[in-house]
Amino acid sequence: MRINGTRQNLSVEPRVTLLDALRNYLDYTGAKKVCDRATCGSCTVILGGKMVYSCSVLAIEAQGKDITTVEGLSTNGKLAPIQAAFVENDAQQCGFCTPGFVVACKAFLDKHPSPTLADVEKGLGGNLCRCGTYAGVRQAVLAAANTMRGGQKNG
Amino acid sequence: MAEYNWPEASKRSLIGKRISRLDGPEKVSGKAKYTYDLKRPGMLYGKMVRCPHAHAKVSSIDTSAAEKMPGVKAVKIIQDPGSEIQWAGDGVVVVAATEEHLAEDAARAVKVTYEVLPHLVREEDLSKAGDRAKPAAEKVAGDPTKAFSEAEVVSEGTYSIAVITHCCLESHGQITEWEGDKLNVFPSTQAVTGIGGEFVKALGIPATNVRVRMNHVGGGFGSKFNADRWGIEGARLAKLAGQPVKIMLERDAELMVAGGRPSSFAKIKMGAKKDGTITAWESNSWGTGGPGGAGMPPLPYVWQIPNQRMNHTGVATNIGPARAWRAPNHPQACFLTMSAIEDLAAALKMDPLEICLKNISLLGPRASLYQEELLKGAEIIEWKRKWHLRGDTTAGHIKRGLGLSMHTWGGAPHNSECRVTINPDGSVSAELASQDLGTGTRTVIAIVAAETLGLPIEAIKVNIGDSAYPPSGGSGGSTTVGGVSSSTRRAAADALDEIFKVVAPALNADPANLEAAGSKIQVKGDASKSMTWQQACSRLGVKPIRANGKQPDPAKGSLASSGVAGIQMAEVTVDTETGIVKIEKLVSVQDMGLIIDAKTAESQIYGALIMGVCYALYEEKIMDQATGRMLNPNMEFYKLAGIGDIGTLVVHLMTGQEQDARGVIGLGEPPVVSPGAAISNAVANAIGVRVPSLPITPDRVLTAMEKKGGLT
Ligand code: FES
Ligand code: FES
Repeated sequence: MRINGTRQNLSVEPRVTLLDALRNYLDYTGAKKVCDRATCGSCTVILGGKMVYSCSVLAIEAQGKDITTVEGLSTNGKLAPIQAAFVENDAQQCGFCTPGFVVACKAFLDKHPSPTLADVEKGLGGNLCRCGTYAGVRQAVLAAANTMRGGQKNG
Repeated sequence: MAEYNWPEASKRSLIGKRISRLDGPEKVSGKAKYTYDLKRPGMLYGKMVRCPHAHAKVSSIDTSAAEKMPGVKAVKIIQDPGSEIQWAGDGVVVVAATEEHLAEDAARAVKVTYEVLPHLVREEDLSKAGDRAKPAAEKVAGDPTKAFSEAEVVSEGTYSIAVITHCCLESHGQITEWEGDKLNVFPSTQAVTGIGGEFVKALGIPATNVRVRMNHVGGGFGSKFNADRWGIEGARLAKLAGQPVKIMLERDAELMVAGGRPSSFAKIKMGAKKDGTITAWESNSWGTGGPGGAGMPPLPYVWQIPNQRMNHTGVATNIGPARAWRAPNHPQACFLTMSAIEDLAAALKMDPLEICLKNISLLGPRASLYQEELLKGAEIIEWKRKWHLRGDTTAGHIKRGLGLSMHTWGGAPHNSECRVTINPDGSVSAELASQDLGTGTRTVIAIVAAETLGLPIEAIKVNIGDSAYPPSGGSGGSTTVGGVSSSTRRAAADALDEIFKVVAPALNADPANLEAAGSKIQVKGDASKSMTWQQACSRLGVKPIRANGKQPDPAKGSLASSGVAGIQMAEVTVDTETGIVKIEKLVSVQDMGLIIDAKTAESQIYGALIMGVCYALYEEKIMDQATGRMLNPNMEFYKLAGIGDIGTLVVHLMTGQEQDARGVIGLGEPPVVSPGAAISNAVANAIGVRVPSLPITPDRVLTAMEKKGGLT
């Protein structure tokens, strides 16, 4: 598989999930295991252009595919617009749900470049946060959409 | 002598501003490492064999098959045959293997038999609790009997608030690693300083042999103060295996055994005059927090009602032990009390806001603050325009309602020591064995040090999360911000004093007449006589300045205090066909003394409101009396609010001289106290009847309406 543009070879037992492969056998620990059954979104990665819960995908299903994890969103140490907007709008507290949320927001914005608040609330319902950062996340997504369209930051 | 007091408002360049948390970039890029993300050389994975029964005696244990499984390095019995187990999910045996799934396989191969004992896991019916019910002595104040006989109106109600769990997204756990006879612990914890002592005691090793380190923690909320059985046994297992062992609880275990907020049930009677003056309170309450029962929450909450009678019964159950849950006992007491007051208002056909204002003198020393906050909240939510008598009479099946609540909390500073170092190259570090739970502790420390030294926030390197640093209290009780800001301020002020002494001759000034601002050291009121921070530090030669600051340190004044007031208002709509409650708007007006970082302070309140929506509408640890087990130990059925469930949130921070004068006061807990009560009151106002239990699930809404005979 190609992870964040880098080829990685790995052989694991068939039962190993993509999430466990990333975390335990490689060193991509951004994605987290929380519910381990496709409820919380903390393990979100982009697989072959599609957003997936990596806890619910087997590593063998990802063979030969392109995977983007949270570690692959920033380029040369520069945060992607959605990441910068998360920081600016304080959309993280403990930060444990944050990597999954950031990836989900990125995939959401790729599909909905000009979302309304209602779109955000509907489109990001698959990620749970215990610290209650949703107020910041809502603002961050709208602000990032604005930046990505070339508008003013936080406008 | 150094200037320890907080700078006055006009002189603050960082304190009270909106500053982004320092570890934000690390967190959004997936670089922040939690215990759960760490790997140590040769690390094994540990898994526990858990008891499936709520109450049982271990009869026999056979680990022979597990020991022979591939990858298994150690197997350890932690509760021998004969041990009595008090809740389902408690650990009996622990195994360590080279890979996580191999450890799981081995745990499954351990054979344990039990003698099953009678259990109790539900407490709503006190008559079924038998000798597990432990009544406390009656508490009486004033003359409740007389007050009730003289009351012009008496209202009565029964209310309940369920056991919920902490559900930290990073589960509990740690890595334990031996280096000879020295133990390294990497826990997911709220108490870097405190937790080491438990290993010292349990393992009989000297305190100097334990080092605790952590960088980030994925939620604690009061549940992560202790080493826990998995911590101590993890250390023993690592010794046995001769390799480090990582044990992180699985999600089901996390929900079953590693969290729990006690339930509260109460029959409440209130007496008042026709004009709304509250005169009497009587409550018969009970609740459970697991085997230890549960003490009485602080009833009646906030209101100092002159005549009171309270009886409380703790019920010991086999549901797993309670842990401190963000503002222990306050959300329960608040929900019970504020619901009863709203029901009294409904009986009087009065506006609850009016009742609160009328009885404001019963709110004690912060009465006028509450009054100001109530009026502010009412203005924000447009209470006067939107409030109606109980039961929305407009046509259609969507009913709208308003509710309010009020709360308090202590938040006094904990003990803390901070070491500030100024290096000859101008770099500055602040070190303390504290932890940042995501509340923004790192950022607060940096703000205080930078403000004190007249530097930008980036100039401060904050080192926390290591027991090798000076000790600082656990992060609980909203005590952290007061503790670390006080110790950091004093350390930085003393360090600055030292550097003043070094540079004073060059500036031809008295050290006492120098100040630090804008990355310069200058003569007070004369910026022309100055030198840059770099120049000043280079005069240190090869000797850095180190200063230790402490909290408390009475000789150096007081920078923090305790006691806050807050109010919240909720606007909801209820679909009377489905019973679904929708949050339209939540308003929080909160007082918290001097604010260090307005941005992260607001985040604490947003987070508390959202957590409040969770326990008001969704969360419940549902226990099954037949099997003694939790029915929903997963995140599909143990529900949290999602991003679309929270409505519009408005946060208003009380600021000004009154707040500044009280110094720093913790904020993490108070705003999570009121949402349950405010939302429940809003639902009652919408549909015309009290839904007596939290969480307010659709079935409970429909049942309450049916009992009342449908819509009015
Ligand atoms: S861990 Fe994959 S969705 Fe929760
Ligand atoms: S920030 Fe803690 S779980 Fe979302």
